[in-house]
Parts: sequence; C-alpha cells; structure tokens
Amino acid sequence: MSTDTETQTSETEAPEKKDVPAKPKEQLPEFEKGLTDKIVTKFREKTQIAFVKPNRIQINVKKEDIKDVAFFIRDDLGFDHAESVTGVDHPDQKEIEVVYHLGNYTDPKLAKQILALSTRAPREDNPNPGKDSTRLPSLREVFYSVEFHERECFEMLGVYFDGHPDNRRLLLPEDWADLPPLRKDFNIKGR
Amino acid sequence: MFKELITPQNANVFVGKLGDILERAIDKPLGYAINWGRIWSLWPVHIETACCSVEFGAASGPRYDVERFGIIEAFGSLRQCDLVVVQGTITRKMAPRLRLVYDQMPEPKYVIAMGACAITGGLYFDSYNVLPGIDGVLPVDVYVPGCPPRPETLIQACILLQEKIKNSKARKIV
Amino acid sequence: MSAKLPPGLALQKVDERIMTLNVGPQHPGSGHMRLIIQVDGDYIVGCDPDPGYVHRGEEKMAEYRNYITNIPHLERPVIHDSCNILYPYCLATEEIVGIEVPERAKYVRVIASELNRCVYTMYWLAIYGIFLGHSTMFMWPAGDRELLIDLLEKMTGARVTHAYFVPGGVRNDVPANFEDVCLRQVNYFEKRIKEYADIFYNNPILIHRTEKAGILSREDAIRLGTTGSVLRASGVDFDVRTKEPYDAYGELDVHTNVLKEGDSLARSKIPWMDMLESCNIIRQALEKMPKSGTVRTKLKPNPKGGDVSVYKRVESGRGSLGCYIVSKSRPEPYRVKLSVGSFRNLIAIPYLLKGEKLGNMPAVYWSLNYWPVEADR
Repeated sequence: MSTDTETQTSETEAPEKKDVPAKPKEQLPEFEKGLTDKIVTKFREKTQIAFVKPNRIQINVKKEDIKDVAFFIRDDLGFDHAESVTGVDHPDQKEIEVVYHLGNYTDPKLAKQILALSTRAPREDNPNPGKDSTRLPSLREVFYSVEFHERECFEMLGVYFDGHPDNRRLLLPEDWADLPPLRKDFNIKGR
Repeated sequence: MFKELITPQNANVFVGKLGDILERAIDKPLGYAINWGRIWSLWPVHIETACCSVEFGAASGPRYDVERFGIIEAFGSLRQCDLVVVQGTITRKMAPRLRLVYDQMPEPKYVIAMGACAITGGLYFDSYNVLPGIDGVLPVDVYVPGCPPRPETLIQACILLQEKIKNSKARKIV
Repeated sequence: MSAKLPPGLALQKVDERIMTLNVGPQHPGSGHMRLIIQVDGDYIVGCDPDPGYVHRGEEKMAEYRNYITNIPHLERPVIHDSCNILYPYCLATEEIVGIEVPERAKYVRVIASELNRCVYTMYWLAIYGIFLGHSTMFMWPAGDRELLIDLLEKMTGARVTHAYFVPGGVRNDVPANFEDVCLRQVNYFEKRIKEYADIFYNNPILIHRTEKAGILSREDAIRLGTTGSVLRASGVDFDVRTKEPYDAYGELDVHTNVLKEGDSLARSKIPWMDMLESCNIIRQALEKMPKSGTVRTKLKPNPKGGDVSVYKRVESGRGSLGCYIVSKSRPEPYRVKLSVGSFRNLIAIPYLLKGEKLGNMPAVYWSLNYWPVEADR
C-alpha cells in the first residue's frame, strides 16, 4: 500500500486555485473522488479542489465559507477530529494560508483518509497580532481539538481566530515583543 | 613562668606560631573532613531542562549508578540540595526560572553544565529562543561536552567536581 | 491601600477559598513544563498548562537547512525515540523527491522503529514509577532498557539520537550476526517485562491510586483529538500501523490492544501491552527480512522536489506523529510542520484534571503520555 503513494508523484499539482473538473485527467482514485464530488455538488464555486491523491484530498475555501464547509464535512462526510493546524506564510501572494488536516477514528473506510482544508487570510507588512486584518473564523465549535493548535498559530504567525475563547501565546516567552517568528520576514540571527 | 617567656616584644611571634599549630592541628584536618562530607553527598536539584535529561535519568539507573557517588536526586525541596545539573538547552523562557532556582539554594553550591547546548548553545546556537550557553546566567564549575554526553562522561564530570571541591578551602572568607 | 505601589507591581484580587499553585518547571512531579493549578481545599478547580520551556524553534530552523542537514535537528525533540520522529519526515521527503526505498531497508526500519518504541516506553514507565513514589519501578525499566539500547548501538552507532533514517532508506546495514543477537535479547526482554505485572500492575497500592482517576470517555477521546495509548485506553481501535500501513507493516501481523475503562490504570497498561506486541513484530520482521540487498537509495546532491505539499503519519510511542512538508523547488523545504502526539494530548490535561484531588495530579498527568520536549518542539 505504501508503494502506491510513492509512485503517484507524477499527478500531484500545486495547491493553487485551478479548476480540476475542467481538465481531462487520468482516473482519480474512486473513493476520494466520491468524497470530493459530494462537497462540490453541495458548495459549487465556493470550494476548489486542490488535489485528489490516494488517501489525501485538499480543498481550498474562502474564509467566509469555511465554517459551513467544516460543519458539512463533520456531519455528512463523517470526519470527526482535526489532526493538526498548520500556518504557511506566502509573502509574495500577501496571504497567510492555514491548513486543517482532518481525520477519522471510527469509520473503517475513512480511517486512512486525511482531508486538508485550507483557507487564506490577508497579510500585512507591519503586523499587530490581534488588532489588524489578519483574522479567520475559529473552528473550535466544529472540532474541539483545534483549541491549542489555533493558539499556537496565533502566536507563531499572527493570525487572530474570531470566536476562539482564549487567544493567548502558548509556547513563546511572556515578554515576546518581536514579529511572529514563523513569518518569512523574521530572520534568525546570522542569516 | 609564661610571663617571662612572653614579653611584649615576642607576643606577635608567639601568637603567629600558636595560630600555625592550631591550623595544622585543627583547621586542615577539619577542612578535609568537611570537604570529604561535601564530596560524597552532592544532591542535585530535580530540574530537567531539555533532552539531556534522558541521559541523566539513564545515569541514575542500575547500569551507570551515580548513587554510589552519593548523587541522589532528593525529591524534597531545593533548599536541601547543593548541585544544579543544567541538562541541555536553556531557552529564554526558562532562564529566569533557572536563576531563581539557583538563588534559592543554600551555600555551598555547584553547577555542572551538561551537554553542548548548555556550554555554547550547541546545535541551536542560532535559534530565536535559545541562550548561547549559560555562562551569563550561572557560574559554572564543570563543563561536560557531548550531544548528549554518555552517562560515563557524566560520571567523569562528577569525579572532576569532587577533585575541585577537595582542593578548595572548606570555609569561604566573606 | 493608600500607599502607592512601587513600579512594576500590580494589585490582584484573590478569592477567599481558591488558591493558585505553580506546579512549575522545577518540581518533582511536573517534568519540563508548568501547570498553573487553582485549588479549592483539596480539589482542583482550574488548570492552565504553560508549555514552552523547551521551545527551540525547530520548525523555523528547518526552513534554513536542506533536507539532509535537517535530520539531526528534527530528531532532537524526542532523543530516545528519534527513529520514529524522523520516520514521517523521511517518508514525506521520499515522496517529494520521488525515490523508492529498497525492501531490506523497509524491514530494518520496522525493527528500529519498534526498538525505539520500547526504549521510549520504558523511560516513560520509569518516570511514572518515580511520580508515584515507586522507586523499584524506576530501577527495573531503567536497567532493562539498556539491553535494547545496546542493540540500537550495534545497529546505528549511538545510544540515543541515532540519525539513522535518511530519505532513501537507512544509513548503514546491520552488522553480520545481528539477527541472532537481536532474537536472544528480545526474548529475554519479553520475559523480563512480563514480570512487571507482579510489582506494578497487580500492586494494590497502584491500583488504588490509579483506578477511576481521570476517566476519559470514548466520545470525549475522539472529540478532543487525542491519540496513541490515551485513545486506545478509552475503547477506540485506531493504530496507524494497521489502518494506514507504511513500509513493511502491510506484510506483518499487528494486533492492536484496546481497553475500555479509560482511567489512568488502563492508560498505563496499554503501553506495556504494546511493548509485548513489539516483541512479536520484531520476531516476525527478522524472519521475513530479505537476507541480502542494499539498504539505501542514494540521493543526488541537494535533492529538491516540485511545488507540492505532503502529509505523512506514523505511529510513535506517544501516538500518531504526522509531518507536513510544503516544498517549492528549492533545496530547503518551505515549511515543515511536525504534528506530534504530545501536543495533541495536551488538551486532555486541563480537561481531565478539573475535579480531581490534588494528590491524583501526577498519576493522571503523566499517564497521558505527554513528553514536554516534543510538545514544544
């Protein structure tokens, strides 16, 4: 099973905003295609499918719709927890991307799937974490397990999560007054 | 008879010689005894700072037994301990706490810097949250290189510390 | 208070009954993190975890080093389980660069991964013994794990921080008579750890301290996103080795241990049962391993991939460990994220400690299999 994922590198694409159904492709994996078809029929243009690989799907959503998509994924598709929340800084596109990896513990067919739900937040050059326009709605009501992951994302990248009960620093020292460390314009010393 | 021996002229010499005799009879053996007691019961504070704590835990295990040197991790308060083993990387968040722990310990106290990260910052010398070595925070007695140092190296460090204590004065002149 | 306060101090109103305690980084029962606990008499009413005392910025530093020089860095969060924390990173890098791992390397990886899991679990059991005041339970695991560390030293050259897994296989082959030595050691090890039931798991004092302490129900375990032994002790049958097999696990017979009670006693039994299972896996892998072959596919210098992002996960001693790499056609990865089992179980600490007695705190806290150095990365 593991050798399949390693030979599929030829059909991966970048997670940019391209329309996958318009391009003629060779056959995509069946079960994953079934999941993405359900999402596309319900939400149409609001979501874009970034890639469909064996056991891995990525969906790009705008930040206004992410809560509805997340509720749908939890209730209808059956993913029940979030494995991790990652923030990626794209200074050239002036956006910060936040990716939620969602998994399932109980359903045997879904147990190996990971669905990556990705949104983007606008990025400012002089960040003021908590008080500027880099905000995203929090998914804590949908998946309770993202609580500490979103706090870490806030302090590392400066993305404020609306609706999270406790946006505070978690890992950095109390007197951290510099840029959020994982941004690309924060340089570590000597480089 | 003493009154004729000790005149105001040679009272100084007499007191000096008496001091020498007292020092040779009491102070040197007493100092040796006090240092001997300190060497064989160095109690480390129960503070783990980073990954070298795994090798410190392995050194306390049955194979590399540091308990035979008297180094028992006393699980009471740190007010009864006299050795701080800085095990690994010190981050900016941990540094004030480490200094607070060191200040609360009674004299005499000793510091062993274990691991490359505690000496110069090690593998993480250019990280944003790591202090490049603990020399600015604590006065270090013994440096133990390694990443992580093997438990035998840690035992050699304890023996070096014992040599250092043996060759130092038992009481500090404040 | 008519006098003015000196600069830097502030007045804070405190409750009459509730007291705030710092179970801090220097504490015989806390490890390398701080818990700010609020107690009302003997019961804990609030708990606020304060990790970050070992936050060294691994993810930021991974962006400044290329895929190969990242290996000594990314194995330092858990030094005695270093093979398992490099495993998803190597799998993801192999997919990005596009190379295949030889057959013999897959089995060697499985053996190293299982040995590391046992070494980690023994250290965890040793510290659990200390927290509960059972010093024999510190000495026995600390001594028995040295047998496995000897095996790992024969394989890799180092006691801990092996830096053994590289993208493309493992660094070097096992020595000539390794299979016999390994089989003998593993059989003896299995006999030894079965004796732990006598001193520890059937010990009435331990049972009294940990039974019904910190019960986590099945729905809560899934909703909180916990992983590893915490999940399996609450009745959820999930193990990445069986559900999404990687490397040679597809050909081996892995049995998942599940208990239903969800209290601290169940959470402390599951890693022990997993260690017995590891011995079986090692024996099977030694039998099925191809007797000859290379163990490493050589990479070109400065390997790099296209514009892709990959997420791979692996079962480590603490639970499922995932690695998410975003690469952008450069020798250095653009973003590396390690989704570690300890950080995912962190949410269970305040959730379970509320309502417990203060004396139960070490028994519940350490049974959640939380390694603070890994959670801080």
